[in-house]
Amino acid sequence: MKYKAEINVMPLKELLDPQGKAVTSSMTNLGLPTIQNVRVGKHISLEVEADSKEKANEMVEQACKKLLANLIMESYEFEVNPS
Amino acid sequence: MKFGVVIFPGSNCDQDMIYVLQTIMKQKVEVLWHKDRDLKNCDMIVLPGGFSYGDYLRSGAIARFSPIMESVIAFAAKGGYVFGVCNGFQILCEANLVPGALLANIPKKFIGKNVYVKSQSSSAIISSSINKTQVLKIPIAHGEGRFYTDSDTLKSLYDNDQILFKYCDEKGNINAASNPNGALDNIAGVCNKQKNVFGMMPHPERASDSELFNTDGKLIFESLLNSVVV
Repeated sequence: MKYKAEINVMPLKELLDPQGKAVTSSMTNLGLPTIQNVRVGKHISLEVEADSKEKANEMVEQACKKLLANLIMESYEFEVNPS
Repeated sequence: MKFGVVIFPGSNCDQDMIYVLQTIMKQKVEVLWHKDRDLKNCDMIVLPGGFSYGDYLRSGAIARFSPIMESVIAFAAKGGYVFGVCNGFQILCEANLVPGALLANIPKKFIGKNVYVKSQSSSAIISSSINKTQVLKIPIAHGEGRFYTDSDTLKSLYDNDQILFKYCDEKGNINAASNPNGALDNIAGVCNKQKNVFGMMPHPERASDSELFNTDGKLIFESLLNSVVV
């Protein structure tokens, strides 16, 4: 069965995110100075063929740990659903 | 000594590295393609700078899974020497061959300029024969070079003498003002615990030819060659 995963990868909270900081400061220029603490991460979607949702979850977990996120600097979360 | 310089799609400092090793340092060089697995009996594998695989996902993340890297990881595990510069250092971090990660520079730009570094480790062959008080002028060229690791790992880097180089100013002061990218403790390069895998952000191969009026980088290659018995 085919499943679809929606994955979010974010810079760790304790790390300075220069990209997010740049976007935050441009919020003031935009006239929205009360928007604060912008952090920029990645959204990754993928399809996976698996026998069960559990198997699909396992494979996505492995993909996140080994490649999609670098756990020294990023965290991830995902949701798997039949596609 | 025989060096193997790996070329990934997007490497762009490979020819400079080959030129310096071959022509300036008078060493044998094998060119290794990322799709190959044979390290051709090289004594040291060099991962050059550039933008391997377009820096997609994260710098070095895709290169880490290329066929040649499986051989490089196995070679390093057996004690083989591996040296990564800039993108090569990023690949070594992604492959967990050296501790830490390289984050986006705090000044949100790509920085390409000469910086100053001082040798730190007395036990790693890449820095051990360089005088600790000597200030080396070596260029950097990166957007993601801010060395980072958690505090436990940082402590172990100090405890095991794994810090190779630190950014300093022209006079040798190591402080926030002489830190170009926001790297933790001004760290410009580290090695693994076994001290056979070395990674650094500055480019010694760009400061080794007297025609460029700066040969400080050559000291790093000399330090390597002085200490290795092949």
